[in-house]
Amino acid sequence: MTSPGSGTIYTETVVYSPPEAYVNDVPYQLAIIQLENGRRLTGRIDGERAHVGDKVTFVDFRNSVAFFRKAA
Amino acid sequence: MRPVAVVGIGKTAFGAFPDRDLRSLAVEAGQKALEDAHAKPEQIEAFYLGNFAGPSFVGQNHLAPYVAAGMGIIGIPATRFEAACASSGAAFFNAVSAVAAGIYDVVLVTGVEKMTSQPTPKVTEILAGAGDLCGEVRAGATFPALFAMIARRHMYQYGTTREQMAAVAVKNHANGAKNPLAHMRKVITMEQALSGKPISEPLTVYDCSLISDGAASVVIAPLERASEFTGKPVRVLGISQASDNVALDEKDDITTLRAVKTSAAKAYKMAGVSPADIQFAEVHDCFTIAEILATEDLGFVEKGEGGPYALSGKTCLQGERPINTSGGLKAKGHPVGATGVGQICDVVQQIRGAAGERQIARNQLGLAQNLGGSGATSVVTILGAA
Repeated sequence: MTSPGSGTIYTETVVYSPPEAYVNDVPYQLAIIQLENGRRLTGRIDGERAHVGDKVTFVDFRNSVAFFRKAA
Repeated sequence: MRPVAVVGIGKTAFGAFPDRDLRSLAVEAGQKALEDAHAKPEQIEAFYLGNFAGPSFVGQNHLAPYVAAGMGIIGIPATRFEAACASSGAAFFNAVSAVAAGIYDVVLVTGVEKMTSQPTPKVTEILAGAGDLCGEVRAGATFPALFAMIARRHMYQYGTTREQMAAVAVKNHANGAKNPLAHMRKVITMEQALSGKPISEPLTVYDCSLISDGAASVVIAPLERASEFTGKPVRVLGISQASDNVALDEKDDITTLRAVKTSAAKAYKMAGVSPADIQFAEVHDCFTIAEILATEDLGFVEKGEGGPYALSGKTCLQGERPINTSGGLKAKGHPVGATGVGQICDVVQQIRGAAGERQIARNQLGLAQNLGGSGATSVVTILGAA
């Protein structure tokens, strides 16, 4: 899988009530990222809480899910 | 196209009913609608069933003939429609289309869901099947999460507040407390609504509709035959169904539900009315933000004004345009496959003047808006006294 690159947070949430598959992950931050290539992607945010408009950079794929981190 | 009328309605209570199975709920609602229409099972020419996830929730498939036979209806076409939480709205739209086209005269439409036999994480997972499993859901999206992200963007673009969303919950609980068939007949305060347990930020438990069991049914017929069944027929003045992308991240602007705008515009045109003419509405408040979006996308207010409108009191039972006099999905309950037809029953009840404590005075022109997923299916129906 190719890196989606960096982008900005279009919208986000922190999930407390998970589906069965992610009961051990809560709470986790989910976001729709506006990528620099013009597309949007739903992924997870690692580490520091990010808000709408914040720049984020791609970290890695885990089980085909893109993880991002708030840009320094 | 022939004019079509709703000539019978029937609902079960919505709630958690551990002793009831899916079929018994559907049969109860269907029999009540037949009784209300003074119709016999053998008069029904086709059966349309709305159900989102019976196979996942209870394991049963081949649901339409299974349910129909339980009502003593055998031999006619019986088909299940699945369109997520708009399943029975879609069933109703297709049934009305068939009667309007002259294919059938007397048709029964039922919506049903049996959800409470599964634990919440499992229910959450089954409901997430209405999203994109290869994208957003794999990343961890639940339906509360998708609507939380809609809410967050709406807050960012338009300044919508937690208090405005909470006002929807307070109002709908106040209405639900007056509805004998509602799942949660409990008044809540603004303070309570603002301090609920977080489900998916910024949504708390008070922003989310309920996980419910229940069923609803209507009998429809050509308007010219309506007097054979009822003294108070209610005419389907306009109806439309529209679709959009399933994945939230594929929609251009998630603060507008495009399918709602499209289906509303077509339904208004068919009925020959404008949004300002609509006196009351049952809208799809699966989450409080969804009612705010609905009031905007149905054209009751401009985009971005839905939040202040919710807080203004104009949508309360005594307001200028009452919304969700039934208690909405928030308090009445949301047995997902039953919701669309349930809304039709609620609007018909108001037009008949039979809504009891919740009866409103300006009750001659009502609208029902049923939504599937995060907006990939929308059905809008405009109903009026015949």
